[in-house]
Amino acid sequence: MKLWRVPVLAVPWCWLLVFLVAPLAIVVGISFAQPADGIPPYAPVLAWHDGWPILSLDPANYAVLLQDRFYLAALLRSVVVAGLSSLACLLLGYPMALAIARAPAAWRSRLLLLVILPFWTGFLLRVTAWIGLLRDDGWINGALLAVGLIHAPLRLLYTDFAMYVGIVYAYLPFMILPLYARLSKLDPALEAAAGDLGESPVGVFLRVTWPLSRPGVLAGMMLVFIPAVGEYVIPELLGGPGAQTIGRVLWTEFFDNHDWPMASAVAVALLGVLLVPAALLQRSGSRRFDDRGA
Amino acid sequence: MHRRALLTLGLLPGLLFLYLPIILLVLFSFNDARLLTGWAGFSWRWYAALWHDRALIEAALLSLQVAALAATGATLVGLAAGLALARFARFPGRAAFTAALAAPLVLPDVLIGLSLLLLFVATESAIGWPHNRGVATIVLAHVTFSLSYVAVVVQARLADTDPALEEAAADLGAPPWRVFLAVTLPLAAPALLSGWLLAFTLSLDDLVVASFVSGPGASTLPMVVFSSLHLGATPELDALATVMLAICAAALAIAGRIGVARRRRRL
Repeated sequence: MKLWRVPVLAVPWCWLLVFLVAPLAIVVGISFAQPADGIPPYAPVLAWHDGWPILSLDPANYAVLLQDRFYLAALLRSVVVAGLSSLACLLLGYPMALAIARAPAAWRSRLLLLVILPFWTGFLLRVTAWIGLLRDDGWINGALLAVGLIHAPLRLLYTDFAMYVGIVYAYLPFMILPLYARLSKLDPALEAAAGDLGESPVGVFLRVTWPLSRPGVLAGMMLVFIPAVGEYVIPELLGGPGAQTIGRVLWTEFFDNHDWPMASAVAVALLGVLLVPAALLQRSGSRRFDDRGA
Repeated sequence: MHRRALLTLGLLPGLLFLYLPIILLVLFSFNDARLLTGWAGFSWRWYAALWHDRALIEAALLSLQVAALAATGATLVGLAAGLALARFARFPGRAAFTAALAAPLVLPDVLIGLSLLLLFVATESAIGWPHNRGVATIVLAHVTFSLSYVAVVVQARLADTDPALEEAAADLGAPPWRVFLAVTLPLAAPALLSGWLLAFTLSLDDLVVASFVSGPGASTLPMVVFSSLHLGATPELDALATVMLAICAAALAIAGRIGVARRRRRL
């Protein structure tokens, strides 16, 4: 390797080792520690005894994690919420991606921009907009009351419904972009040929368009699923007190209970849950770091 | 006909879903009433309240400072990473490097925040740094989660350019630093700009990681907004969102103009 390449490679490597790999190793280490009074609030995992390092790993946190229904329920719930949200994003996003991919070429980039634009208003402020819509004295209730469909405000905010709406709203572009990338590369002649050979429009979609777009569907669903599993802000602000997702549990363990070892064990469990979808995303062909340089 | 039906049916519900909340939010930031239902006349009062909200303005200034620093850092480190991936065919640990670089794209915020806080606590007890968590720790954390995005953009850009350009410069006797400054950097420039902007917005948007790694006394804008959202949304926050939207639309319009002008010059 040429000498000048060493610093170019060393800088990002060292950065990732110090600020990504080492912190994750610390999380795993502290997940085996016991909480203690003091700063920091845990007993050290590594102690020095007569010049020898003594590693004391205590699996108690993981025992609690597996035995206490609360944690398992939160994990399961997060997976279900993320799965249903990515399904909802697919139902809403697929027609949008298909419409943009089939739009006149001059429109496509503008339509895509239109889809991404709300993204740049700020995540929290988009959640704010939904609070205004869903409140008891908010827009939706106001409209329904005015029309006379209901006589008392519906409880919309702080429900699972509000949480799903918020997650779909926040992550819809993650679904549309990979779907669009896939659908726009699909040769329309294939669909035309299927049509000429007597397939109905539904048949063309089911036998040609959908199968060919499946890698994009998988990539989009994983791109929604992965951030949604660990989501904290939306369940906290829009979901009810019962919407205990794993991200929220981790936050509570850390900030409210000051139980850093338990928060670390929850973090390791969350990491474990993410391994499968991350591997699927890697395989879906939308690999973001391909080995073109090799 | 068929095509137009697909366009309308496919796009309209989704776009309504995306834009209706924003339109209502902008509208109600001009409403002269505390409650959200009912129009009580046009008013700038929430913008005035925003202007006089010291805590919010200080937090916004802090956030802009953090975002500028973090975006610059992420661009520098991300450029090195993207360059290595696009131009160094083989190097020891390439697979591990690729995996580590992709990790921040899929790791949840709560995990990145918790792990970095634990790192800072550990280094504080080991080497006495950081004594106070605040701007510095937030910037380091933001660089860490956004450098991967910059690396993706830079790598994609460089993969589309011909390495022969750099080889030619080297064959003509340019030393490596000269090749980098005269050939590689101009080639990567558009990617660096979009990477910087991406890192800047990611930093401005981050609540969770900053909440973990910040200390008392350093509250970013999302942290202040979040704590006031816990007390309930107010039209003042609608006004803040409207201001952000206006800045963002203006930036896009300017970027679009520059892009159009550049394309014209090339023709």
